Amino acid sequence: MKAPKKALLFFILPFGLLFTAFYLAPILYAIKQSLCRVERTGTFGPAVEVFGGLTQYQRVFADGPFWESIGRVLLFGVVQVPVMLGLALFLALLLDSGLVKGRRFFRLAFFVPYAVPGVVAAIMWGFLYSPSLSPFDAVTGNVDLLSADVVLWSMANVVTWVYVGYNMLIIYSSLLAIPQEVYEAARIDGAGAVRTAWAIKIPLVMPAIVLTTVFSIIGTLQLLAEPQVFRTFSSAVTSTYTPNLTVYSTSSIPNFNLAAAFSVVLALATCLLSFAFLKVTQRGGDK
Amino acid sequence: MKRVTPMVIMGAATFYFLVPIWWLFVAASKTRSEFTSTTPLWFADFALIDNLKELFAYRDGVFLRWMLNSVVYTGGAALLGTILAAMCGYALAKYRFRGREAIFDIVLGGVLVPATALALPLFLIFSQFEATNTFWSVFLPSLVNPFGVYLARIYATASVPDELLEASRLDGSGEIRTFFTISSRLMFPALVTIFLFHFVAVWNNFLLPLIMLGEERLFPVTLGLYTWNTQVNQLPELRMLVLTGALVSIVPLVIAFLLLQRFWRNGLGSGAIK
Repeated sequence: MKAPKKALLFFILPFGLLFTAFYLAPILYAIKQSLCRVERTGTFGPAVEVFGGLTQYQRVFADGPFWESIGRVLLFGVVQVPVMLGLALFLALLLDSGLVKGRRFFRLAFFVPYAVPGVVAAIMWGFLYSPSLSPFDAVTGNVDLLSADVVLWSMANVVTWVYVGYNMLIIYSSLLAIPQEVYEAARIDGAGAVRTAWAIKIPLVMPAIVLTTVFSIIGTLQLLAEPQVFRTFSSAVTSTYTPNLTVYSTSSIPNFNLAAAFSVVLALATCLLSFAFLKVTQRGGDK
Repeated sequence: MKRVTPMVIMGAATFYFLVPIWWLFVAASKTRSEFTSTTPLWFADFALIDNLKELFAYRDGVFLRWMLNSVVYTGGAALLGTILAAMCGYALAKYRFRGREAIFDIVLGGVLVPATALALPLFLIFSQFEATNTFWSVFLPSLVNPFGVYLARIYATASVPDELLEASRLDGSGEIRTFFTISSRLMFPALVTIFLFHFVAVWNNFLLPLIMLGEERLFPVTLGLYTWNTQVNQLPELRMLVLTGALVSIVPLVIAFLLLQRFWRNGLGSGAIK
């Protein structure tokens, strides 16, 4: 349909302006900042911002701890994302299988952790992991859940706990949207619940799984609230533990130009990774 | 027998998801000495009311202020943000005009940009206007929700028929009026979904207020609890306040979820199916 110009402006302009001011402008500004450096005339002279070319990026690429932290969140993602989404898919299929009573209750119970903000969830689990306070001491007594070797996976558990129900719900709603006729043929062939789930349901909810995976990848690379909170519980979590913590601690030095360069590299890496994942899964779907 | 295994699995999952919250409720009902000395998963003396009183009285009720801030930041941003995203998504779905796809692609690209990457440059921009450490510095950026535009577009395409718009045009209704009186009603379930997603995202937002705000009285509740938690080692009395506050902070969202259940149950998948 065609629309009068006035109406179009009315619909699009408010969002467009805000999007420009608080999305596009910051991105451009970050890129500009990352290309600058601060110069001082003499030791005590005033600081002046001058064009620095790729100086900041050279520092980013030479920054060992930053790349270590990238490696850490990638490792985290490679393990945590499949575990979380596998669990979400499994629970969604169970809910949809007709073998479970009280579906409304379970759906709600699994979704409740999503109502807990990341910071609050991290504080709560931080207490639960503390050896002297933990109610699971009998089970976990031999492992220090806040030690350097384990704390990454302790945080993975916090993230998993918060987001399984949310992801399950997305997958489950797309299971509900599958028309019943689709199952007819399978029923006539005598396919059991497991076979139906594997051969029919999972392929049909693939778009939902892809969507949740992309969001999870983005979330993983952005990991911030959990490690930031865990710094009070565990000395193993350093101020450069995840890329976003590096951005934050660099900007509180303050070294805004370097922090901006970190931000840009991280945002690019995130976009590339989620884009690559989308491409790969799309190609798989064409076969 | 066949039903037993699935039910056992569901039971175990329920245990995993709900026990931490149960623990929090129990912990918030204890006195400070009982918290460390009694069994973690069951009540001692029920001191929840006293803890709540102490929480709300501490430092002239700063916690209540944080809760109110969170409600205003989040409720306001989600409500306004949903309306703006719905209008934009609706226009992108129902009208043909030059640059439509380009606009949509840019907005969609915005979905892939991590929100935390924006926090620092936003801080730098706001500091040029000397507007950091203000209500607006957190509120305004929270209004923008590109994913909401994406969902609104999908849903408007699916649920608002062209014939209806043509008919209401013939009846002499303007485009804007048609949107608010007819189209937005048809899109309502999707709008509730967008609202809920947006609400949760802003309620959880941590980096932006952490970077923007210095003054305690402007904090949202997440940032407030976080600062208290970092001080627990110096001020041990804060520990019970952190626990009680954590419990209180999740109540509004749980209530919102319960009230709006009917909508998110079915609406959540709408983005993924098409």
